Amino acid sequence: MASSAVMTQETAPPEEPVVQALKVRGYWASVAYRLRYDPMTVAFGTIVLLIILAAIFAPMIAPFDPYKESIIGRLKPFGWRGHLLGTDELGRDMLSRLIYGARISLLMGVVPVVIATVIGGSLGVIGGFAGKRVNTAIMRTMDVFYAFPSVLLAVAIAGAMGGGIGNGMLALALVFTPAMCRVAETATAQVKNLDFVEAARATGAGTLTILRFHILGNVLGPVFIYASSLVSVGILLASGLSFLGLGVRPPVADWGLMLSTLRQSIYVNPLICALPGVAIFITSVSFNLVSDGIRAAMDVRM
Amino acid sequence: MDGGMKLAPNLVEVEDLTVRFVTREATVHAVNGVTFSVRPGEVLCILGESGSGKSVTLRALMRLLPPRRTKITGRMQVDGQDILSLDRGALRRLRGGLVSMIFQEPMTALDPVYTIGTQIIETICKHKGISRSAARARALELLELVKIPSAAQRLDNYPHELSGGLRQRAMIAMALSCDPRLLLADEPTTALDATVQIQVLILLRKLQRELGMGTIFVTHDLGVASEIADRIAVMYAGRIVEEGPVADVLRAPLHPYTQGLMASTVHGQARDQDIDAIPGSPPDLRRLPAGCSFAPRCRYATPECRASIPEPRSPEPGRMARCIRVEAAVHSFA
Amino acid sequence: MDMMPPSSFDRGGPAQPLLIARDLRKHFKVKGGAPGAVVRAVDGVSFTLFKGETLGIVGESGCGKSTLARLLLHLIQPDEGELVFDGDTVAEVRGISVNALRRQVQMVFQDSYSSLNPRMPVQDSVAFGPYVHGKSRSAARQAARDILVKVGLNPDLFGPRYPHELSGGQKQRVNIARALAIEPRMVILDEAVSALDKSVEAQVLNLLRALKANFNLTYLFISHDLNVVRYISDRVLVMYLGSVVELGPVDEIFSRPLHPYTTALLGSRPSMDPANRIEEPPITGDPPSPIDPPSGCRFRTRCPHAEPVCAAKPPVLGEWHDRTSHVAACHLHDPASGHSMARATVGAA
Repeated sequence: MASSAVMTQETAPPEEPVVQALKVRGYWASVAYRLRYDPMTVAFGTIVLLIILAAIFAPMIAPFDPYKESIIGRLKPFGWRGHLLGTDELGRDMLSRLIYGARISLLMGVVPVVIATVIGGSLGVIGGFAGKRVNTAIMRTMDVFYAFPSVLLAVAIAGAMGGGIGNGMLALALVFTPAMCRVAETATAQVKNLDFVEAARATGAGTLTILRFHILGNVLGPVFIYASSLVSVGILLASGLSFLGLGVRPPVADWGLMLSTLRQSIYVNPLICALPGVAIFITSVSFNLVSDGIRAAMDVRM
Repeated sequence: MDGGMKLAPNLVEVEDLTVRFVTREATVHAVNGVTFSVRPGEVLCILGESGSGKSVTLRALMRLLPPRRTKITGRMQVDGQDILSLDRGALRRLRGGLVSMIFQEPMTALDPVYTIGTQIIETICKHKGISRSAARARALELLELVKIPSAAQRLDNYPHELSGGLRQRAMIAMALSCDPRLLLADEPTTALDATVQIQVLILLRKLQRELGMGTIFVTHDLGVASEIADRIAVMYAGRIVEEGPVADVLRAPLHPYTQGLMASTVHGQARDQDIDAIPGSPPDLRRLPAGCSFAPRCRYATPECRASIPEPRSPEPGRMARCIRVEAAVHSFA
Repeated sequence: MDMMPPSSFDRGGPAQPLLIARDLRKHFKVKGGAPGAVVRAVDGVSFTLFKGETLGIVGESGCGKSTLARLLLHLIQPDEGELVFDGDTVAEVRGISVNALRRQVQMVFQDSYSSLNPRMPVQDSVAFGPYVHGKSRSAARQAARDILVKVGLNPDLFGPRYPHELSGGQKQRVNIARALAIEPRMVILDEAVSALDKSVEAQVLNLLRALKANFNLTYLFISHDLNVVRYISDRVLVMYLGSVVELGPVDEIFSRPLHPYTTALLGSRPSMDPANRIEEPPITGDPPSPIDPPSGCRFRTRCPHAEPVCAAKPPVLGEWHDRTSHVAACHLHDPASGHSMARATVGAA
């Protein structure tokens, strides 16, 4: 009776064509759409992709063996005997070393962030959702780590545990965890107070179900964005550790280490010495801008 | 609009105003050819639902829309000044001087880090160039004018220390500080509680009369419009579909949308019957239908309505409706 | 309906009120306020909700109506007070559990945006309730599709969409579907139509009326819009600063209000007639803060009839002038109160 009249209203024939003309896209599809029309993000995304590909396929694309030294070919300029970017202080091909260096840099940049995201993210979600005492316990512990400058903390941890890739990554993971935790906690606490979570509670859903269906999906976005911006910090810090001799050991090709060993030659061939720095800069900036682009694309409020 | 009515020059003249928001993905046709005028001392209510373009029209008059993404065409004149050709300095003098605006949410219009008094005094000093002590005296006078109790103390209050009603009064005081000739009001009573809304509404009506300000009052609420308007312009999908003296429009609406809106507004309908609601929802402003925008929801729609946008028709002096049935409607009411 | 024997679902029978609230109380600590400062959000509210009726709750912001709604669902724990649902006390021991209560009472929120998960297609939001209550994913999805049809949305067209792809009215229909998906007996509508445009509001009100008839629902309809409350409610409860000032049948409340606050609220409605505008506001000032409310009668600071007795003792909520089932808390109507006008108004009313 009355209901039938009501029912037809939203599905009335005149309206349907208008409605259907609107593209129905999922959330992620609309994010991808937005990204595609953002030239900055596309450009820097391409750079990031190229760096990643270069790292993966380093043995195939590197023109020379990155560890082959040459007494006569030291610190040669760009283009010398096929060395496109010249040679370093031991006569090794710079381009090949830079390509191989991307592997360590990406590893050092990504792995600690992944570890921090898993540990810090979970702690943050738990803290944000549980509230009160659990939250206080978790967040105050994290605040202790927060009190130190991140560079100092990374250096201290890596120094205490001794150098090497593994310890370096562990140190960075420890540095990133509190920040990750904070981001996850804030996002969770915000989502937790929205009406739809209250509505889910009102249907009688348990905590785990609510976390799984309603919290995680909304927290993952901000967490992921933050993680992607941490990658650039990770690359910088890892280079810093290597520069100080707390990361990888010579003769491994690593941007930070290269910067450190080349610095004595800065008056001989400054251009060559600057190359690892340029690589670090480009990679870090690209990751940062891509992360910004994704953040903007994900901010859908219509 | 008619020859006989041009006794005094109009305070506001808007002709064929269109506003488009252009984004990468779509163009939003927010305002599509709006023409209206306001005489000095007159209250024009722009009535419409969300997305009807009423607030955009108001903001366009103050050039408050983000210039990069907004395309404005048409002609807007306030007190003889062509709004669209004003440079920055002239625009600044216009805003808060000749024209001022009050908003729905005073917290967004008042600066939270300064006291009410400081903000009003600053505005007065900036526009009138008088001494701070004179400005303070004027600020106190204004707070008393808007009936804020113990005004002298309130001058030193921060916005968050005031209740919603007092905050709205403070914003009105600030808007009046430079004797504007035109007041733009964007749903200023919507966020207020019922008992407070009517106080602010009556206050605005009295002030408007005493100060003789022309006023454009944007609202979605027929009741509010009936309390304050001299004339009323009903907007739908970026067009004024009906315009006329408030009493005439509310007594005998010409446009089917106005009729539907009045039937939809709950006021004393029989409890055992369904409300005569307008079916469907407003059109997507990114893809407006070719003809009358209301045709998809209109029970009287004919192929003619869907073919082209109806021209404004004026069945009697001072009234206008964009509907091909208007002549018929007048006969049925006559 | 009277002919049917009480089903096992309708446990208490038609005469048993669906919900009885007794002396509900909730005080919040004021963050950063003086020590001991509390917001008396709900301060001793009692009422009875009968099966099949719509009880309207009106009041201004800060009167505690939204807190009251959340107390009824135990989304906020009451400090004091008792809830009886269909004859059973809501308590973990010797009564029905909060979970059992939530299966039968659902809520529709005001903000149709934040009340839907933005990362979930709306059909999944609707299916969530049935899924939580033990249906398989596919059965829950089917239930969601069925209920979407009932609220007037084509599930093929609207089901897969995300909230930001729906209009305000459509989102609110989804919210209603979500609330009805687990087949509750009572629905709390917390300003459910307030944010909607008038033309859409009318559609949703019609829908709510139709659904109520189809599913034998009982509504608690919270709103600040008196006209809407008058249209949809059978009885009306008026709240002011955390307490009930008047409760009665809708026609009585609107035609012969007892409490001066109710009178003021009614008189504050715009006239809808430009020839008969309101010249003077019925009362002045804003509602006071629920932190540290006025002593005695809370309305006395804005009441035109306030006398010393109003500050001295709080009025009791009682039946006056032989009007059964119409209660008000005002000294004006209590001959024993000592208010000078207490007798005079009897004749006037």
